[in-house]
Amino acid sequence: MSRNVDLLIIGAGPAGMSAAVTARRHGLDVLVVDEQPAPGGQIWRNVETMAATARGRLLGAAYAEGAGAVTRFRASGAAYEPGTQVWQVEPGPRAYMTRQGATSLVEARCLLLATGAQERPVPFEGWTLPGVLTVGAAQILLKSSGQIPDVPVWIAGNGPLPLLYATQLLKVGGRIAGFLDTTPPDRRRAASRMFPGAVLGAPGDIAKGLVWMATLRRAGVKIVRGVTDIEAIGGQAIERIRYRIASGDDVTVPAQTLLVHEGIVPTIHPTLALGCAHRWDAAQICFAPQLDEWGETSQQDIFVAGDGAGIGGATAAGLRGEIVAIRIAARLGRLSEGQAAASARPARGKLRRALISRPFLDALCGPRHAVLVPNDRTLACRCEEVTVSEIRAQVAYGRPGPNQVKAFTRAGMGPCQGRQCAYTVASILAEAEGRAVPDLGLYRARPPFKPLTIGELAALDETSEAA
Amino acid sequence: MFRKLPDSTMKAVTLSIDGVRVECAQGETVAAVLLRQQECWARLSTVSQAPRAPYCMMGVCFDCLAIVDGVASVQTCLTAVRDGMIIERQRGRPEAA
Amino acid sequence: MNAPPDTLVIGGGLHGLSAALNLARAGRHVTLVERSWLGRHASGATAAGVRTLNRDPAEIPISLESMEMWRRIERIVGGDCGFHADGQLNVAERQGDVAKLERRLAAMRRAGYTHEELIGRDELLRLVPALSPHCAAALVARNDGAADPHKTLTAFRRAAEAAGVAILEGTSVRAVERKGENWVVRTSARDIAVPVIVNAAGAWAGRVAAMVGDDIPLGVKASMMIVTERIAPLLKPVVSVVGRPLSFKQSGQGTLVIGGGLQGSADIDTQRSTVNFRELAKGARAAHDLFPAIGPVRIVRTWAGIEAKTDDLLPVIGASPNAPGVFHAFGYSGHGFQLVPVVGAIVADLVVRGGTNRNIAGLAPERLMNRQEAA
Repeated sequence: MSRNVDLLIIGAGPAGMSAAVTARRHGLDVLVVDEQPAPGGQIWRNVETMAATARGRLLGAAYAEGAGAVTRFRASGAAYEPGTQVWQVEPGPRAYMTRQGATSLVEARCLLLATGAQERPVPFEGWTLPGVLTVGAAQILLKSSGQIPDVPVWIAGNGPLPLLYATQLLKVGGRIAGFLDTTPPDRRRAASRMFPGAVLGAPGDIAKGLVWMATLRRAGVKIVRGVTDIEAIGGQAIERIRYRIASGDDVTVPAQTLLVHEGIVPTIHPTLALGCAHRWDAAQICFAPQLDEWGETSQQDIFVAGDGAGIGGATAAGLRGEIVAIRIAARLGRLSEGQAAASARPARGKLRRALISRPFLDALCGPRHAVLVPNDRTLACRCEEVTVSEIRAQVAYGRPGPNQVKAFTRAGMGPCQGRQCAYTVASILAEAEGRAVPDLGLYRARPPFKPLTIGELAALDETSEAA
Repeated sequence: MFRKLPDSTMKAVTLSIDGVRVECAQGETVAAVLLRQQECWARLSTVSQAPRAPYCMMGVCFDCLAIVDGVASVQTCLTAVRDGMIIERQRGRPEAA
Repeated sequence: MNAPPDTLVIGGGLHGLSAALNLARAGRHVTLVERSWLGRHASGATAAGVRTLNRDPAEIPISLESMEMWRRIERIVGGDCGFHADGQLNVAERQGDVAKLERRLAAMRRAGYTHEELIGRDELLRLVPALSPHCAAALVARNDGAADPHKTLTAFRRAAEAAGVAILEGTSVRAVERKGENWVVRTSARDIAVPVIVNAAGAWAGRVAAMVGDDIPLGVKASMMIVTERIAPLLKPVVSVVGRPLSFKQSGQGTLVIGGGLQGSADIDTQRSTVNFRELAKGARAAHDLFPAIGPVRIVRTWAGIEAKTDDLLPVIGASPNAPGVFHAFGYSGHGFQLVPVVGAIVADLVVRGGTNRNIAGLAPERLMNRQEAA
């Protein structure tokens, strides 16, 4: 089955929804496809059902805002197909996707990738044990399933999300065994210099963080600062954790659940597969697609908005979606260049304000060294179970890059396709070879970037013959 | 490892996990249900047969793979529960068919 | 390492490595230059079938010898290549296709070859129980098999280095000039002066040939491949089908490796290749028809490897007729992996002894050059 639309949007989070609303306002024929069963993206998971409930209100104002965004999206007249996995995008632009077992092809005049971000992989010894999850995972469980850890939980990491989740967890009656703050002391110092600017520019953002911290203290949560190495220990599941405190001593405690988080990174599988140019974001320590001021990639008619364009949060994502949609409306003849520029001006102003606290957050929330280059015994690749030392051993052969190491060790060849090890492998090699990650790059993205079955691909052949 | 907060608004759904009947709520994912079980793992890894449980809940780690209604390697964090669904934990490399 | 090189191998694929290994063991001082990294293109993208089955008559003598070498490959290279001799099968789905297999078998017998054998459905399903029962018969080469391309690359690399080959990765050839008795090869790293050059530059070998004055038309293939998740053991032999674009095997890791020559697109200037899913769907369909159980198996990745293709789909192996001291070994057109051990030995024969007893009459560079002149 092949279809044509003006604008195909992949992702129904803040950016995708806002772009859809704006594009519809300009009369474009819009199709939005999304992997999840309901709109909202990760930040507003399940917001339609949850926002109005008592528990939804406990999740905070930022979550509640999602309900309005989803309502506007639902009313926009954009076609919306949840539960869709897009497994290949090509210049054209065109996208192949699978929904409920049926494969289809969409040809679009413009394509917007609003595929958001994923949590930065946090490899350490024992990170594959049942009972170790990401903080993001735990928050999704709270939003979409109303469930929380049934024992006091250990939370380790840095950035806003662990603090936010910890306060949400306390509000709904959960218990916290300890909060291991992994923010490196030098980052804390560097960030403190930007603190006044952030407070003046975005007092709300900073106040939120302080309130979360105070909530934890008031609840008597044990907070340990300057934690470096973490290890999960156990047989069939996690039983204990060991962590190193600022003094250099190791502490071992019993643990049944450990939640970790070290920030988020843009989803770049689709833009890598498309051959779009990427830039290295030194502040956020990640790659992001190279975009012009309208969110267009180096490939004509292919755009990116939202955290996939660089981490900026939900408000910025929505604004970026709006700006991109205005550009696309102009590209398709619904607006003149001048009208587009004027029309985007208010959103650009708001976007600047939404990003004002970002330099402070970036300075404070970067991953510590061990997140990027874990110890030798750690599994770098969860799927193919390749250790850091096996990666390092490859350095003996020339000065290999990630693709070479992938071929010879199988790291990155499993079902997750390198989503959990690409940065780790690049960082290990960069350190061992005295090179920089941006020079080494990441694995090439091999399609399909979602797990298509043989049968689904075979069905594509029957479809073409019937057509 | 996880427990559900008291909630009465969602419709009840019954499925089975390795032959054991499990009550859950409409709208939640299979991975969420797995995490509430005594044995919370979804699969044994394909190389060392180590137990793996849902980890990311957003479709990027592939550790929540299980057999759903006979289909192997299903990402259970992206799969909503349905009444009568049969879940089997996936023990290492799946059989074709 | 100490002595200056007297032989330069251009191309760090398996054929370049095998030539370098054999030359070094024969006493040459060998340097190998590779533009990116060893096995970057065809050698890393191959399904690694070790096949004598259905070879062109011009290749059969050396292919059979290469098969003997594969059987003792671990002793030859001193490392594991992941080689298993579980047979290769060419399956006929319909009776009409069986007749084709019979004609092939008769031709083989007339030529005195016995490595291919025709089997009926019962034996076929005994060898490959997962195969759809509609299949009627198959031609089988029971001693054929498959290997692991990256284990093979690693083993050849280590053997070559142990034999004294200097391997320069990330080093591309920009020009070749004649200076007295030597060729001066201008590379991105430095100039290398040698009397002997081996051109094993794969899809780019036509350009290297042109640098020394040999005009050998060379096309490019971008054969696509599907690799799945690891699954439980399904089959041991490698299976292909009459009249369909399919080559099907299960790797040592348990992944299904599905190829068969379906073409994506490749740009040899940018070294980029692109998968065409509408085309690849035909391969998936063929695989699904033959192995109905694999419908739900997940595809983990696909790619299109870049390799050389000659006009007659046979490799070019032999001394340059124009350029003294230049030897060509390229143009395998999608079936070079099995020939790796023997071609390395042939190149060493040609360089060291000035000739070979092995039958490469049908593979000489002149055949393609002459054809072009006649055209």
